[in-house]
Amino acid sequence: MKNSLFKRIRESALFWPITALAIILLYDAIFVPGFFKIGILDGHLYGNLIDVINDGAPLMLVAIGMTLVIATGGVDLSVGAVIAISASIGAVLINPAFGNALISNDILTKDATNTALPIIILADLAAGTLCGLWNGFLVSRAKIQPMVATLILMVAGRGIAQLFTNGQIMTIYYTPYFYFGNGFILGLPVSIFIVATVFLLAWIGVHKTSIGLFIASVGLNSKSSYYSGINEKNIKLLAYTFCGFCGSIAGLILSSYVHSADANNIGLYYELDAILSVVIGGTLMSGGRFSLFASVIGALIIWTFTITMYTIGIPANALLAAKAVLVLLVILLYSDYTRRSLSKFFKLKGTRHGATN
Amino acid sequence: MAQRIRLLVRNYGPLLTRILIFILAYAIGGWMYPKMQRPQVFLNLFINNGSLLLVSIGMTFVILTGGIDLSVGGVLALTTTASAYLLLHGMSPWLVMPLMLVMGTLLGFVMGCIIQFLKVQPFIVTLMGLFFARGMAYLISLVSITIKDSVYKSLALTAIPVPLGGDEYVYLPTLVAPLMLVVAIYLSFFTRFGRTLYAIGNNEQSALLMGLAVTRTKILAYCFSGFCSALAGIVFGISLLAGYGQFAAGMELDAIASVVMGGTLLTGGAGNVIGSLFGVLINGTIVSILQFNGTLSSWWTRIGVGVLTLLFIGIQSLFYARRKQH
Amino acid sequence: MSQTQNVLSMKGITRSFPGVIALEGVDFALRKGEIHALMGENGAGKSTLIKVLTGVEQPDSGTIELDGQLVQVRSPQHSHSLGISAVYQEVNLCTNISVAENIMLGHEPRRFGSIDWRKMNALARQALTKLDIDIDVTQPLGNYSLAIQQMVAITRSLEISNARILILDEPTSSLDVNESKQLFDVMMKLKDAGIGIVFITHFLDQVYRVADRITVLRNGKLVGTYDVSSLPRIDLVAKMLGRSFTDLDAMSKVKSQGQQAQGTTRVVEAKGLGLKGSLEPIDVSIEAGEVVGIAGLLGSGRTELANLLFGIDAPDSGSLTIKGQAVSRFSPSESLQHGIALCPEDRKAEGIVADLTIRENIILALQARYGWFKFLDTSTQYKIAQEYIELLGIVTPSADQLIKNLSGGNQQKVILARWLVTHPQLLILDEPTRGIDVGAKAEIQKLVLQLAAEGKSIVFISSELEEVLRISHRIIVMRDHKKAAEYSGDANDQVIMHAMAGEV
Repeated sequence: MKNSLFKRIRESALFWPITALAIILLYDAIFVPGFFKIGILDGHLYGNLIDVINDGAPLMLVAIGMTLVIATGGVDLSVGAVIAISASIGAVLINPAFGNALISNDILTKDATNTALPIIILADLAAGTLCGLWNGFLVSRAKIQPMVATLILMVAGRGIAQLFTNGQIMTIYYTPYFYFGNGFILGLPVSIFIVATVFLLAWIGVHKTSIGLFIASVGLNSKSSYYSGINEKNIKLLAYTFCGFCGSIAGLILSSYVHSADANNIGLYYELDAILSVVIGGTLMSGGRFSLFASVIGALIIWTFTITMYTIGIPANALLAAKAVLVLLVILLYSDYTRRSLSKFFKLKGTRHGATN
Repeated sequence: MAQRIRLLVRNYGPLLTRILIFILAYAIGGWMYPKMQRPQVFLNLFINNGSLLLVSIGMTFVILTGGIDLSVGGVLALTTTASAYLLLHGMSPWLVMPLMLVMGTLLGFVMGCIIQFLKVQPFIVTLMGLFFARGMAYLISLVSITIKDSVYKSLALTAIPVPLGGDEYVYLPTLVAPLMLVVAIYLSFFTRFGRTLYAIGNNEQSALLMGLAVTRTKILAYCFSGFCSALAGIVFGISLLAGYGQFAAGMELDAIASVVMGGTLLTGGAGNVIGSLFGVLINGTIVSILQFNGTLSSWWTRIGVGVLTLLFIGIQSLFYARRKQH
Repeated sequence: MSQTQNVLSMKGITRSFPGVIALEGVDFALRKGEIHALMGENGAGKSTLIKVLTGVEQPDSGTIELDGQLVQVRSPQHSHSLGISAVYQEVNLCTNISVAENIMLGHEPRRFGSIDWRKMNALARQALTKLDIDIDVTQPLGNYSLAIQQMVAITRSLEISNARILILDEPTSSLDVNESKQLFDVMMKLKDAGIGIVFITHFLDQVYRVADRITVLRNGKLVGTYDVSSLPRIDLVAKMLGRSFTDLDAMSKVKSQGQQAQGTTRVVEAKGLGLKGSLEPIDVSIEAGEVVGIAGLLGSGRTELANLLFGIDAPDSGSLTIKGQAVSRFSPSESLQHGIALCPEDRKAEGIVADLTIRENIILALQARYGWFKFLDTSTQYKIAQEYIELLGIVTPSADQLIKNLSGGNQQKVILARWLVTHPQLLILDEPTRGIDVGAKAEIQKLVLQLAAEGKSIVFISSELEEVLRISHRIIVMRDHKKAAEYSGDANDQVIMHAMAGEV
């Protein structure tokens, strides 16, 4: 009886990601004094764990979107560019300063907006969704390879973002805008509630409709899915559009957090981190079965790791190298070789990661 | 006769298209900006894009096998930083340069082994390589290190006159990329290694069954890419006389874009380094045109390259889609 | 004395895997300069025998002798050096490099360390000429037809192994009549040169045309080795099936009973339906409760017809009406809405989704018809899956098994279930019994007749004429991408074969 429960846990899609996260947290518990300390300040919680959640929120969002794209057998390299576009639109709508019009410092730094906040949010989301639609069209209708198709927006997207900001780093002074990245509800960061909402939306879409099954089917065998009457083109379109949507929200949160929109650097390498999160979560890059929750955990792993590095005082210049070590560990952990050796050790049989999400 | 022409078009069409587009782009540029008609501008394409060309050559080999190498920019940056550091501490440049090449090749070798033996996706492994290389560069120094070595300086500043009628010139490091191109062409078309690359990209299973040395060739491809990235780093370091971890950020994308624009399919098995050369040249031409325009900022380059890549891919997929129907 | 004529002598070969005995005490002998057909249904052990011969697998017991000498084939590379070469159905070459490279790469002539192209091309040309093949060796292999590619594959394997034995595994499955003839010419040439050829195929005609002897395997055991001249077809089929013909006759009785139950509702009406380069304009009409068999050789247009009826391809001429409704948009999902279902030819690439469970594979099309938002909840899915597992006798411990773990026959049943669940008005079956063991074949045929009796219309495409004759009420013969003839289900098989061959 106990054997089969343990076996079920081990075979579940979430086992390895949660184990990995647990290992990092264990390390923190033992070697990093005060890591888990949570205090209350100004009526809200603060501490390393809160940082993980707040800083990691944008990554969790794009990881959710990226999961669906990768599950269809594709990839979206333009996520960082979408973040940049969305952030730039936000900043510009607050303070349109097109061209070389001379604007006094007073106007630039005023805590006011030229566009109502709801409109800004709508414009942001629309922009990201449009980008996703564009990618989706290239992949599903023009039949361009996902890596190439999204590469185009990745390269051109930051240029487009800079078009909006006129090449300048725009600082945002409108305080209500800071809410998304810096606000708190019930003591917890606003961003995590946003993530939770998007996650819920995605989860319902995937589990309470046939979309989840179709995405996995299309990723596993696009032709058979088509022959079975699945509209695989629209499934792919949906996945990329949703990914763009997630990217735009991430851009909103990020620019709100740092109070600025730097078209060149905001969201830099986010697509790579997102892909990493999804892979850590156990979804194969070739497509097929996927788990949204596992990808979110993957994102948490990356951010817990990062915050841990900061906390134990690893100098900023070593952070990237440390991340490389993390990827290496992930690679080794997930390689067929390790899996097979562990299988022999635990005498696993039959389906691997067999549980449906 | 018609059959011959059809075959020629079929086999060489993609490459000819690239060459044509390059000539067209350059011609348009020259027509819009008479100053661009100066021969030096053409030579500048090679002077300014030497590193990109080198990296693209290495990238081509890897993509031909159906893989990808995201680490190239990182290896380049690491090379510049490590070189600068070592030179600063008195190591002879004649020792530093070969050492860097060994380092790059070794990094490629490790990545290739992980890809081949642990069966991990090239995307992920070379991503790790990117983090690692750049990370190492930052570890050596967070800030830029100037190179003051005399050999490097003379390589950077000695102009070699080119007999084109005027006072055109190039620098010695400029010649490295075209030389490497020749080597790559030889490898691609005249060695078993190169032909095996193509075979693997087309059908790895078949290549295995044909008894070709698939494992060795794939790993060698990544070694070659690492070598090219390190070489690009040397050239880059000489050109800027500095070493910095932030160098070549995003160059892997420019390289991929150039290679893809040059006609090499990401799925492998089709394309060649000559096409990649023209991909780089087209990229460089756009940059030149924008520079001559002067009013449009550099970020238009990004958009321009993006649009062009799109155009190329569109043409390419049409080309291959029609072929499939036969 | 006959011993010394044997270039190959395998005795008592046994090979078993956990749970299954693939080969049990099998003897197989090959003479010099002979074409020896190796036959048997799926699971008979043919491929395992070949794997043992080519060194991919090691036998648990038994001996192999080459030219009278005992050998142990340690690996595929080793088998090459022993003079054993094999060419498989999927041409294992690379289509992007030249013909010459495909023949010579790996042992190409070199000059100063680099490839000597001129010499390589010359050598390749020479090798091809030995087989009477004359093509431009500098062109990429992909520029040539599959038949030529196959012959290049044969040339390569002969070149690199100094072969005395050539194994051809289902070489004609994807070739048309002319291409097969080309292949046979090559085989004859090789035979004259003294090479022993093992010819694995399921095409009876071809066996009787080129083979000297036949070895039949069944369930891992040797049934016997016979001279072609002394084994009539019927006996061969009987030996392969291990059955008498009364079983098969019983089915015709079911069919004729069903014929009376036919109604007169016209379900499908195709007028001038065609697609340039794929199918000449064709008229097809199908009534309810009718089984229409489509006969024809490979490449005659049968699958193209199926694809047009199901909407995978959109026609550029003619019209299609389903139950009175004209079809305006062509796609599988549209066809699904109209009540049409297609069980595709290529199970692996177009049918199963390998890493999904049986349950998911079964409900896939039904769910596709319902769309994204009308979701079949999990318990309903399980109920449906269980119902059809029982109905079709799918052998599996549970509905949660990944479909890729099933045998070919059971996979086919799952795909069939997928379409039956949608309660189609018209069910198109493209080679539904290919690669399936005899037992499962009979079950599927019975099921088809049953469905017809219930008032459904079936289009049954098969390369096996006996099958088509057995269960069809009407037979359409396809040839060269058009309808060649139409007959009633009682037609004589000779007449049909003539129509297929074009000698009406």
